[in-house]
Amino acid sequence: MKELLNNKPLFIGALLVVLMFLVAILAPIISMHEYDAIDSESILQPPSPSHILGTDQLGRDVFSRMIYGARVSLSVGIIAVGISVLIGILFGAMAGFYGGIIDKIITILIDIMLCFPVLFLILSIVAILEPNIYNIMIIIGLTSWMGQARLVRAEILSLKEREFILAERVLGASNFRIILFHLLPNAIGPVLVSAVLGVASAILVESGLSFLGLGIQPPTPSWGNILSDAKSSLGVAWWLSAFPGLAIFITIISYNLVGEGLKKYLK
Amino acid sequence: MLNYILKRSLSLIPLLIGITLISFVVIHLAPGKTTDILTNLNPKVSLEARAKLNTIYGLDKPLFTQYKDWVKRFIRLDFGQSFLDGRRVSDKIKERLPITLSINIISILLILLIGIPLGVISSVKQDSLTDKFITIFVFIGFAIPSFWIALIMMDIFCIKLGWFPALGMVSLDFEDFNFIGKAIDISRHLALPIFIYVFGGLAGISRYIRQSMIQILNKPYILTARAKGLEQNVIIYKHALRNSLLPIITLLGLSIPGLISGSVIIESVFAIPGMGRLFFESVMARDYPVIMGILTIGAILTMIGNLLADICYAYADPRIRYQKL
Repeated sequence: MKELLNNKPLFIGALLVVLMFLVAILAPIISMHEYDAIDSESILQPPSPSHILGTDQLGRDVFSRMIYGARVSLSVGIIAVGISVLIGILFGAMAGFYGGIIDKIITILIDIMLCFPVLFLILSIVAILEPNIYNIMIIIGLTSWMGQARLVRAEILSLKEREFILAERVLGASNFRIILFHLLPNAIGPVLVSAVLGVASAILVESGLSFLGLGIQPPTPSWGNILSDAKSSLGVAWWLSAFPGLAIFITIISYNLVGEGLKKYLK
Repeated sequence: MLNYILKRSLSLIPLLIGITLISFVVIHLAPGKTTDILTNLNPKVSLEARAKLNTIYGLDKPLFTQYKDWVKRFIRLDFGQSFLDGRRVSDKIKERLPITLSINIISILLILLIGIPLGVISSVKQDSLTDKFITIFVFIGFAIPSFWIALIMMDIFCIKLGWFPALGMVSLDFEDFNFIGKAIDISRHLALPIFIYVFGGLAGISRYIRQSMIQILNKPYILTARAKGLEQNVIIYKHALRNSLLPIITLLGLSIPGLISGSVIIESVFAIPGMGRLFFESVMARDYPVIMGILTIGAILTMIGNLLADICYAYADPRIRYQKL
C-alpha cells in the first residue's frame, strides 16, 4: 500500500479515473438538467450559475451532456478493450503455445492487420454497419487486439519450455489447463498495462469518430459529438469546444498515468 | 544486400494477399448490394436495369470470382468508378495522394528536426528542470486529441486573431499570385495542420532518444571518450547520438499508419483536399469503390514504408543484413 502511495503517476491517475467513474455512475444525481432538455430561451449561453459549462445551439446544458457523455466514452473504452484483450489472449496463446503453422498464420494475420491505418479500417466498417454505440465498441475491439496478441505470444513462448510446465505435463494436465492456469497468469502484468493504455486510445478513437459524425449519434451525448457541434459555433461559443476536449484530454492523461505507474509498480 | 532486399520483398507476398482479402471482405460485409445506393432511392430504375448494373459491377458472380477479378484489376491500379461522380477511382486518388504524402513527409522531417534535439537535451540534463519541462511538453502533445487542438487553434488564430486562413489549402485568388506568393499562401494554409501533426508526434521520437541516450551515456566507451578528454559536444553528438539514431528508422516506418490515419481527421477539420478528406467524404456518401481503393492503398503504403525502413536499416547496420530471415 505504501508503495502504491509513493508511486505518484499511479496514484494521481487512479484517483482521476475513479473520480471519472463516480461522475459517470452518479450522472443522474449530479446533473442539474436533463441532458436532452431543449430550451429555446437559453441558446448558446456562456457558463453561468444555472448552466455551469454553458449551453449549446439547442439550449441544452453542456455540463449535463458531458457527464452523460462520460458514461458513453468510458463504457466504449472499457468494452472495446475487453474485446481486444480477449481476442489478443486467444490468438496470442494459440500462437505461442502451439507454434508451427498456427503460429505462422497468426503472426502473418497480425502483420496484415498492422498494415492498415486503423482509422481507415474502422471508418470502412462504419460506412457499412450503422454507427451506433454497440457497433463502435465491437469495431474498435476487433481492430486493436494485435498488441495484446504479440505480448501474450512472447510471454508464452518464453515460458512453455520451462521445468514447471514439464512438471504439469508429467502430472497429466491438459493443454487447456496449462495455458489457462500456468502460462497466462504470468502474462497478466504486461497485458494489464497495455489494456489500460488501450482504454485511452479506444476513447480517443471513439471521440474522433463521433467528432467526424461517424461515431455515437446524437441525441445520445458523447464528448466527441459535443465537439462536433462546437464546429459550427466556432468563434461564438468557446465553452462548447473547450470543455469536452478538456475532458477527453484529462481522461487520456489519467489512463496513461495509470498505465505508466503500473509498469513501474510491476517492475 | 541484394539478397536481403529480395528475401524481404518475398515475405510481402502473403501480406499483400491478406491486405486485398481483408479489404474485399470488409466491403462485402455490407448488407444488400453495393449498387443499392444507385438504385434504391430511384423508383424509375427497373428490375432489368438493376440486373444490368449488377452485371457491370460483377455482382452476379460468385464471391471468389469477384475477388479474383478485383485483384486482377487492382494490379493494373484500376479500382473501378466512383458511385458519386462516375470518375475513375485511381484518378481521384492520384490527385489527392501527393497532398497527403507531402504534408506527412514535411511533418516527419520537422518531428525529427525538433524531437531529436529535445531528446538529447532531456538525456544530457537528466532529471533537471529542463528535462521535466520537455517531458511534460511532449506528453501534452501526445495526449491532446488532434481534433480538439485543431478547433481551439482555429478559434484563436484563424477567427479571433485572423493570422491564418481557416479552411482549404489555397486562397480563392491563388492563381493571381506569383511563385513566391503561391508558396507563402500554401504555407499559411498548412501551418496549423502541420503544427498539429508535429506536436502530436514529438513524444515518440524524443522519449525514445532520451531513453536510449541515457543508456548509452552510461556505457564504458563513453567513459573512455571522457577520459581521453574529448569535448562534451563531440561525445554527445559523435559518439552517443549516432548509436541511438539507427532504430529511429524503424520507429519512422512504424509511425506511418498513425500519420495516415490522422490525415482523415486533420484534413477534414481544415478542409484540405487530400486523401484523408477524400476518404471521409467517400465514407459519408457510402462510395464503396473509393473506400475500397483508399483502404487498400493506405495499407500498401504502410507496407512499403516498413519495407523501405527495413532496407535502410539493413543498409546502415550490417548485423541485420547478414542475419537469417
